[in-house]
Amino acid sequence: MTDISKEAIAPPRSFLSQDAIQLFYRLLAALLICAVLAVLSDSFLSLGNILNVLRQASLTFFIASGLTLVVLTAGLDLSVGANVALSACIAGTVIHKTGSPALGILTGLACGGIVGLLNGVMVTALRIPSFIATYGMLWVLNGLTYWYMAGETLHGFPAGFRQIGSGYLFGLPIPVYLLLVFLGIGTLFAQRTIWGQEIYAIGANPVAARLSGIPVARRLLLVYAVSGTMAGLASIIFLSRLNSAEADIGESLTLPAIAAVLIGGTSLFGGVGTVFGTFIGALILTLVLNGMNLLSVSANWQPLVTGIIVILAVWLDMKTRRRTQ
Amino acid sequence: MREAAVVSQPNPLQRIPGVAIVLVLLIALFSTIAPGFLSVANLSNVLVQSTILTMLALPMTLIIMTEGLDLSMGAVLTLTSLCVAIVSLATHSMSLGLGAGLLVGTAFGFANGWLVAIVGIPPFVATLGTLGMAQGLSLIVSDGQSVVGIPHSVRDIYSATLLGVPVPIVMALVTYATFHGLLYHTRFGTYIFALGGNREALRYAGLSPNRLLIMVYAIGGAMAGIAGLLMTARMNSGHPTAGLGLEFDAIAAVAVGGTSFERGNGWLLGTVLGVLSVGVLRNGLNLISLPSSVQVASVGVLVIVALFLDGLRSRA
Repeated sequence: MTDISKEAIAPPRSFLSQDAIQLFYRLLAALLICAVLAVLSDSFLSLGNILNVLRQASLTFFIASGLTLVVLTAGLDLSVGANVALSACIAGTVIHKTGSPALGILTGLACGGIVGLLNGVMVTALRIPSFIATYGMLWVLNGLTYWYMAGETLHGFPAGFRQIGSGYLFGLPIPVYLLLVFLGIGTLFAQRTIWGQEIYAIGANPVAARLSGIPVARRLLLVYAVSGTMAGLASIIFLSRLNSAEADIGESLTLPAIAAVLIGGTSLFGGVGTVFGTFIGALILTLVLNGMNLLSVSANWQPLVTGIIVILAVWLDMKTRRRTQ
Repeated sequence: MREAAVVSQPNPLQRIPGVAIVLVLLIALFSTIAPGFLSVANLSNVLVQSTILTMLALPMTLIIMTEGLDLSMGAVLTLTSLCVAIVSLATHSMSLGLGAGLLVGTAFGFANGWLVAIVGIPPFVATLGTLGMAQGLSLIVSDGQSVVGIPHSVRDIYSATLLGVPVPIVMALVTYATFHGLLYHTRFGTYIFALGGNREALRYAGLSPNRLLIMVYAIGGAMAGIAGLLMTARMNSGHPTAGLGLEFDAIAAVAVGGTSFERGNGWLLGTVLGVLSVGVLRNGLNLISLPSSVQVASVGVLVIVALFLDGLRSRA
């Protein structure tokens, strides 16, 4: 309890704040991993591989950036992976039926956003703890997606649509540009707008936030809706990159997204963390998994390593914060 | 301290309606719309199929009573089931297989308890991490393949009967009796109520809440180990996705059974009725030939409704 009140009365973030120092350590860790991988594997420093890492990291980042806002309010959204699967399958069907990628993209975003909004309603109006509500949602979405797809695979989308996920612009993959755009929007929103600061306040101390007149329920709804919409965006990138959609594509996406948020230094207890940190987190996780791939470690090891990283990240975060207080 | 624990004991009469009404409604619904639902063969099928879930949901009740959660249970069950399969295949010994499953399950339980109690990671994230680890280990030890050709001694457990009662049901009954005795008739049980309701009281009484918490999670892991034996026997093989999502059915059973996620009180009989509700729901939807995906979604809806009602009750 004492930690929470301390966070709440902490002065506004200055340039070389605790957060900045934490970020610096994480950048250092990412560089260290790069150096190790460059020594261990010849192909790591090739342009193709680096672009591949960035493209992979951008997919994790899209899901994780929305999730960061949820975690900032001391909540959790376990349904993001399942949300990506459902949104991708519905968007894919719309593109197939209408032939219009724009309509498909809108449907995917809307589907993700509606699921997120439902999560928000469960957390605010029904007052179900977020991790249970979104965990229930995970299985509802899984069920819906499998029932809707009935074992089918959608594939073959218009070439223009596929450019979003697999195309290049000035030598860089298009998802990387999208990553930069959303990194900027997310950072500005969280750090420089009143709504963003209110989200930090809710996470640091929900009671104080309510008493100081912040519409807590409305901000929470917004946060879950944004998380859902970002999952919808990730589903579009996924769809256009793989050029196919199946019911099970979301199963391996949730844990990495949570890992990216936690590695990035966002505290599970709310009120502390940045979207930029999540970007570094996504980068570190992708580098580790990419490195395992380059060193020809079987993909079967990925969930084990991701699980260990999640626990290590939380543990390190709690340890450093305890020491600095 | 004893008084505090007594106050937090649930009043069964107040609780019986909720979950019992759900169960009766589900049975009434499916006996009208699903042909063959009320046959003896089908009902005993529901009972036998609910045994694995019972063995997960009972320890899950204790864990949720401590305001915790174990998301790793299904993945750990998968891993222990594979351990049973691999070890019994290599040694032709059912008890060695069970021993291996028990060992691995308990180790994961201890790890969960340690992460939650000593390191202080919120339970849903700590067990999400161990979920990933157990899932990864399952893929690694099985190389993503089924483990087939397990000995008869393991396979027969699921189909054997003891005095005319199927062995899985006997195991589930023994589990229930053990948990009932443990929770309501031992000091340890009283401490579990206090872990959720009043942790300070435990500290003042000179007990270590952390050690108790670790034990509660370790019990969960050990039960996943025993249930792993049943799972291997039931599937007649070890499969790297066998227990996928079972922890959700267990959480659903506990939630429907009226154990609160926030107030440190639990009701074991309610959990058993919750397990039967989930079993009847899945079986009934199966009989009217709705695919398993719809069953999964409907269990999800069941949980959200149960938690919503629980929230209403706590505010009333």
